[in-house]
Amino acid sequence: MSSVRLLYNDKPGMVMLVLLAAAAVLVPLCNLGFPDGHLLHISTFTMTLVGKYLCYGLLAVSVDLVWGYLGILSLGHGAFFALGGYAMGMYLMRQIGDRGVYGNPLLPDFMVFLNWQDLPWFWHGFDYFFFALLMVILVPAALAFAFGWFAFRSRVTGVYLSIITQAMTYALLLAFFRNEMGFGGNNGLTDFKDILGFPLQSDVTKAGLFVASATALALGYLCCRFITGSKLGRVCTAIRDQEPRVRFLGYRVENIKLFVFTFSAVLAGIAGALYVPQVGIINPTEFSPLNSIEIVIWVAVGGRGTLYGAVAGALVVNYAKSYLTAAFPDAWLFGLGALFILVTIFLPRGISGGMTGLFRKRQEIN
Amino acid sequence: MASLQTLHPLFNRDEVFEFLKPDIPPSLDLSRGIILYLEDISVSFDGFKAINDLNLYIKDGELRCIIGPNGAGKTTMMDIITGKTRPDKGSAWFGQSINLLKLDEPEIALAGIGRKFQKPTVFENHTVHDNLELALAGNKKVLPTLKARLRSEQQDYIGETLLLIGLGDRPYSPAGSLSHGQKQWLEIGMLLMQRPKLLLIDEPAAGMTHQEMERTTELLTNLAGEHSVVVVEHDMDFIRTIARTVTVLHQGSVLAEGSMAEIQNNQKVIEVYLGG
Ligand SMILES: Nc1ncnc2c1ncn2[C@@H]1O[C@H](COP(=O)(O)OP(=O)(O)O)[C@@H](O)[C@H]1O
Ligand SMILES: [Mg+2]
Repeated sequence: MSSVRLLYNDKPGMVMLVLLAAAAVLVPLCNLGFPDGHLLHISTFTMTLVGKYLCYGLLAVSVDLVWGYLGILSLGHGAFFALGGYAMGMYLMRQIGDRGVYGNPLLPDFMVFLNWQDLPWFWHGFDYFFFALLMVILVPAALAFAFGWFAFRSRVTGVYLSIITQAMTYALLLAFFRNEMGFGGNNGLTDFKDILGFPLQSDVTKAGLFVASATALALGYLCCRFITGSKLGRVCTAIRDQEPRVRFLGYRVENIKLFVFTFSAVLAGIAGALYVPQVGIINPTEFSPLNSIEIVIWVAVGGRGTLYGAVAGALVVNYAKSYLTAAFPDAWLFGLGALFILVTIFLPRGISGGMTGLFRKRQEIN
Repeated sequence: MASLQTLHPLFNRDEVFEFLKPDIPPSLDLSRGIILYLEDISVSFDGFKAINDLNLYIKDGELRCIIGPNGAGKTTMMDIITGKTRPDKGSAWFGQSINLLKLDEPEIALAGIGRKFQKPTVFENHTVHDNLELALAGNKKVLPTLKARLRSEQQDYIGETLLLIGLGDRPYSPAGSLSHGQKQWLEIGMLLMQRPKLLLIDEPAAGMTHQEMERTTELLTNLAGEHSVVVVEHDMDFIRTIARTVTVLHQGSVLAEGSMAEIQNNQKVIEVYLGG
C-alpha cells in the first residue's frame, strides 16, 4: 500500500519495477525450466550477465541519490561497492574450508602461500553469513560516515570534494594491492565454492542470486524514492541548488549530507556483495578510480536526478560494453566514448530526460 | 608533557565534554526590551575595514530602517548577525542571553533570526508551495525531516502566507518562473514561515515597480510589532514611506540615527549621502 504512494507520479519507476519483477520470475524460469537449445531457454551465462548488470543498476542508483539529488559528485563510490564485495568475498573464502589447493582447513590459500600461521583478527566472524552481511553494511557505512564527517563539516564541496573521493578510492586501491593487508593482494579473493551451502556453480544458485539482485535493486530503488519523495528529499535538492540558503533556514546541511551519503554507500556495498558471488572474484582493481568515474558516466547517460534513469544508464552502457568488447575488441572504447558523446550532445538530460521530452512533445501534438 | 596536559580532562571523571552537552540553546530573553545588540563590531577584508566600530541596538517589536550608500557595510552587517561572517572584534547578542558569535548559521536561524538576501535567493526548481514548506518552522533534524508530513494547520498557514505575499493563485509554479518582485515576496514569505522574532531584510524594493513597492511597504509595516524588523535600503523614497527610526550607515559605522525628518536635516548626512 505504502509502495503505491511511493510510486505516485512515477510511471517510469513503476514500469521499471514491473519489468524487474517479470525478469525475476521469467529469467530463472526460462533458465531452469527449458532445456538447452529450446527456443525459450536463457543461458546461465546470460542470466549471470544480467544479474551483474542489476548490481550495477543498484550501484548507479546509489550514485544518483547523492549526485542527482544532493549535488555531491562522488567519484569514489566504487570503493563502497568494492568493500561490500570484499566482505562477501571473505565469507565465500571461509566457506571453501579445506577444499583449497593447499587443503588447509584453517587458512585461505593465499595466507598459506604467504606462510601465515594464524587467521588475522579481522577475518574472524566471516565464517558466519549474518556477520558477513552485517559487515557488507557496516564497513561501507563506517567509511562513508568518517569521510563525510570530515568533508562535510569543513564544507568541502564541488570539484574539491570529487577529487578527495577519488583520492579515497585510490588510497584503498593501493592498500588492497599489498599482500600484508591480508585481503589476497593483487589476486584478490577467488575460487569460491559455495554460498550458504549451495554450490556457486549450479544453475539453481545462480538463479537465486539473480532473483536476489533484482529484489535488492527494487528495494533499493523504493528506499531512495522514499527519501527523495519526502521533505528531506526536497531539502536535498535545495542543498544541491542553493546550499547556503538552506543553512539560513535552520537545517544542518552537513548532517543531512552525512545521512544521505552514508545510506548511499550502504546501497553501493550491498550491490558489491551481490556482484561478487556472480562474477566469482573480487580484486583490488574494483577500487580503481576509473571504475568510479564509469559509474558517473552510467548515471549521466541515463539522466541524473531520476533514479530510474541511473538504472537504465547502467544497463545500456554495460550492455553496450559487453557487446562492443565481444564484437570489436580493439575499438570498444571508442564505441563507449562515442555513446557518451552522442548522449551528451543529443540527450543532455540523459536517456530519461530524452524520454520525458519525447513524451511531452507527443502530448503537445495530441 | 604538553600532550599529557591536554589529556588531563580525560582523567577527570566528572568532566562533561563540550560535545556531550545537550544542545539546548538558551531561550530568547527580552526582559530589557532590546532584541539585538551590536557593540564595537569591526571586520575587515584584506585590510579594508568594511565595518568599523559599529554600535547598533534594535528594540523588541521595532521596525528599523538602515540606509547608506553602496559599500557602506549594510550587507556585511547582516552577514555578521546571521553567522555568515565572523567579526574581528566586538560582540553581538540576540536578547540578553544568546551570544550570536558562538552560533553558526542554522543555530542562529533556529534561535529566531530570519534573513532575506539582497539578491533574491529562492529555490528555483521547487514550487512556490515547496519553498514555503521548506522554510516552515519545526524540527529540522534529519530523521524528523524525513518523516515530516504537513499537518492541516501548517497547510493553512502556508495558504495564508501565499495570499499575504500575493502568490495565492500560483502555489505550484516553480519559483524560477516568478518575476523579480515576486521572488522578493516569496523570500519574505519564507521568512514568515520560519516565525522568526527578528527579520533582517536586505533591499526589498530593488527591481520593483512602484506598485510592487507599495505592496512591499504594506507587508513590512504589517510585520512590525509582532516581529522586530530591520530593513536595509538605499532607495530613499521607499524609506520615506515606511518612515520610522532611521539609521544611517557610512563607511562601516553609524553616522546618524533618528526620525526621517531629523536625518534629512542632519548636516553630516546631507554632506555624505543626501547632499549629492
Ligand atoms: N567577502 C568579502 N570580501 C571582500 N570584501 C567584501 C566582502 N564582503 C563585502 N566586502 C566589501 O565590504 C564593503 C561593504 O560591502 P556591503 O556590506 O556589501 O555594502 P552594502 O551592502 O552597504 O552595499 C564593500 O566595499 C565590499 O566590497
Ligand atoms: Mg548590500
